[in-house]
Amino acid sequence: MIKFFLMVNKQGQTRLSKYYEHVDINRRTLLETEVIKSCLSRSSEQCSFIEYKDFKLIYRQYAALFIVVGVNDTENEMAIYEFIHNFVEVLDEYFSRVVSLLTEEW
Amino acid sequence: MPAPIRLRELIRTIRTARTQAEEREMIQKECAAIRSSFREEDNTYRCRNVAKLLYMHMLGYPAHFGQLECLKLIASQKFTDKRIGYLGAMLLLDERQDVHLLMTNCIKNDLNHSTQFVQGLALCTLGCMGSSEMCRDLAGEVEKLLKTSNSYLRKKAALCAVHVIRKVPELMEMFLPATKNLLNEKNHGVLHTSVVLLTEMCERSPDMLAHFRKLVPQLVRILKNLIMSGYSPEHDVSGISDPFLQVRILRLLRILGRNDDDSSEAMNDILAQVATNTETSKNVGNAILYETVLTIMDIKSESGLRVLAINILGRFLLNNDKNIRYVALTSLLKTVQTDHNAVQRHRSTIVDCLKDLDVSIKRRAMELSFALVNGNNIRGMMKELLYFLDSCEPEFKADCASGIFLAAEKYAPSKRWHIDTIMRVLTTAGSYVRDDAVPNLIQLITNSVEMHAYTVQRLYKAILGDYSQQPLVQVAAWCIGEYGDLLVSGQCEEEEPIQVTEDEVLDILESVLISNMSTSVTRGYALTAIMKLSTRFTCTVNRIKKVVSIYGSSIDVELQQRAVEYNALFKKYDHMRSALLERMPVMEKVTTNGPTDIVQTNGETEPAPLETKPPPSGPQPTSQANDLLDLLGGNDITPVIPTAPTSKPASAGGELLDLLGDITLTGAPTAAPTPASVPQISQPPFLLDGLSSQPLFNDISAGIPSITAYSKNGLKIEFTFERSNTNPSVTVITIQASNSTELDMTDFVFQAAVPKTFQLQLLSPSSSIVPAFNTGTITQVIKVLNPQKQQLRMRIKLTYNHKGSAMQDLAEVNNFPPQSWQ
Repeated sequence: MIKFFLMVNKQGQTRLSKYYEHVDINRRTLLETEVIKSCLSRSSEQCSFIEYKDFKLIYRQYAALFIVVGVNDTENEMAIYEFIHNFVEVLDEYFSRVVSLLTEEW
Repeated sequence: MPAPIRLRELIRTIRTARTQAEEREMIQKECAAIRSSFREEDNTYRCRNVAKLLYMHMLGYPAHFGQLECLKLIASQKFTDKRIGYLGAMLLLDERQDVHLLMTNCIKNDLNHSTQFVQGLALCTLGCMGSSEMCRDLAGEVEKLLKTSNSYLRKKAALCAVHVIRKVPELMEMFLPATKNLLNEKNHGVLHTSVVLLTEMCERSPDMLAHFRKLVPQLVRILKNLIMSGYSPEHDVSGISDPFLQVRILRLLRILGRNDDDSSEAMNDILAQVATNTETSKNVGNAILYETVLTIMDIKSESGLRVLAINILGRFLLNNDKNIRYVALTSLLKTVQTDHNAVQRHRSTIVDCLKDLDVSIKRRAMELSFALVNGNNIRGMMKELLYFLDSCEPEFKADCASGIFLAAEKYAPSKRWHIDTIMRVLTTAGSYVRDDAVPNLIQLITNSVEMHAYTVQRLYKAILGDYSQQPLVQVAAWCIGEYGDLLVSGQCEEEEPIQVTEDEVLDILESVLISNMSTSVTRGYALTAIMKLSTRFTCTVNRIKKVVSIYGSSIDVELQQRAVEYNALFKKYDHMRSALLERMPVMEKVTTNGPTDIVQTNGETEPAPLETKPPPSGPQPTSQANDLLDLLGGNDITPVIPTAPTSKPASAGGELLDLLGDITLTGAPTAAPTPASVPQISQPPFLLDGLSSQPLFNDISAGIPSITAYSKNGLKIEFTFERSNTNPSVTVITIQASNSTELDMTDFVFQAAVPKTFQLQLLSPSSSIVPAFNTGTITQVIKVLNPQKQQLRMRIKLTYNHKGSAMQDLAEVNNFPPQSWQ
């Protein structure tokens, strides 16, 4: 089950967040900074799945934007990985300028 | 008042902020504007304001004052208002806030709205944050919508139903009739959400599970269509048709097939088909294969299918993509318990993964390697694991070290290899070894008697260079204390013996004591070791005394206590010092394997774990044994040889056997020829029972009266009895020899013999001098095993020097009290 869905840029600013379970508002920012920290510290050699507390984080990097999905144990990590890409493609179709928006992030 | 700015403007403004403080300022200004706008009850711009509020909430700023505004928006008739209002409700409201109940009526009305998009909004919101009361009220509406023909609504209703069931499990039955036709849909959206709903119901209730098993053929058919159907642009993801639905169906099949043979059989074909037909060049295909493998391993699949699954995982391991390797290692870990042999085939690949750069992969590979270790591959695996221990990150070292110890203990092919492995771990990851490993290691070392010299030599060399790793230093200090005499004497068969003087040994122990890096526990170990060496070393006793007396004023209370007590040993209780500081007997292990088990698995003959330390001034036992035998001649009494040094076992055994013929030996030294070795191997259980972890003094003495066994020429020998409460056939006799004459008796030796039905063990005496005028006594302990509970009889022989002449005497002791042997 997906617990949260985040889009965070490299500087740690949250661009989009959706929580599917209640998390206190002050805990949210803390969670987001920690998550982005663990994603940033990974090199491209390493796999996209991180174990963080009792979640599994699956992240994907698009230019300067990280899309991170937090799931529990029962999910298929690779399917979620594919889902993230699907989401970006949908945004692309819908807003038609997604790629340029992402590069604007710099 | 000017029109409030649009959301886009706000976002743009906030992004220009360069510091956190600037951003906070902007947001506070905007919040104030929004608040005043709400107060004015402005309908036109409410929607815009709430949207801005939601954005600020997402950034982490409080936005609770917008909750009522959301409700007002929901109640509005405009779709744009409703849209933002419901979004706001989903983000800002949940069952913790009381106002959420006000929404119930609105949602109810909107569920019956004429526009499907409004109905959709209501369903989404209910499915996102509905509380149990709301769900109870509105479940009927949801159920109605589940049966509608509008696929847009049907899929949303299905997800809403999932949420309702999670909140109020009792309502599950209500949705059962609606699920009948759910799988008949063509629309993938509806199919997907229906499968989610079915999965949720099956996971929550075993009755539902049994009920839905009949859907397996239908699910199989749907899956087949997905695979076989041609290109469909709506559902295509990198060449595969709706992989998300495929994964969902596979997961549901997994749940349905678990523990059920019929369903599993129905699924076999389709699973094999998916496994073979799916394209693996892209991540999508691999995701589906992963799910398939998980399903195959979970249901009762036939063995061919399982082998196929493990081979797929093996292929994953060879893939370049890290994600796939990670996933493969995780699944292999899950399956190694059940399909051990199949996983073994991929062992070399797994071991290669230990060298991967990725931390998650390394951890998985390590866990899997430990699971795969067995008697055949232990040497190779251990080499790899030790190499891994050298180079891995600190967070792994503790786990890796513990795992290595466990594996080594279970599968060590030889003692020497075991000790070498332990040494290697201690030297490379010494500071990460867990604290409880130290006593285990010590126990292990005492067990391997013939390796003592080798072990102590290696440990000494290890701490010579570096004594900062506490567990290593503790084990080394203990061993040096125990086997220091072996170290200095330079006898080592396994390795080139090194020349070490007693002073050098004391140097290293003292530096451990002084060093800042040593913890209090380590210092304690070092001090005790130094003390023990006072009986094992001959020329440096004064130095030891000095060291011990220095620490008598140490600030550390533990050290101080030890030093003071040891000091007292030197001063007042010197005669007891050697007895107290003797070599420790083999320790019995408290956990699963006793030392005897270790004997068998290692496949090497374990000498009977007797006291191996010779008495401080022990005369040659062989000649005396011969004397005793001469005297006893053809009696049916078995002679006992007091604990003999291990250096000359063979000859003594041989001679005795010649003389004894068919009389059995007890307490004979090791490596005796086969007839004598047979009773030895059967002895360890007895001896260990008798030596069981408690010291002698703890045994309950049931008030058995002591006897005077011998009293002649001023020499009196008293026997005091204790019965071991762990083994009722063992009687522990403590003899005390005292001398009432005016001259000391020197070179005192006490020997005893018992009838054949008994077994006797003689421990070392406290000294060999009986001081005059009863100023002191020699104490010695005898253990008698009396399995047949016969009356105890004993013949004793005493030899000593008195008044310049050698004396000896024989006597028989018959006055044992009945409580000592019944």
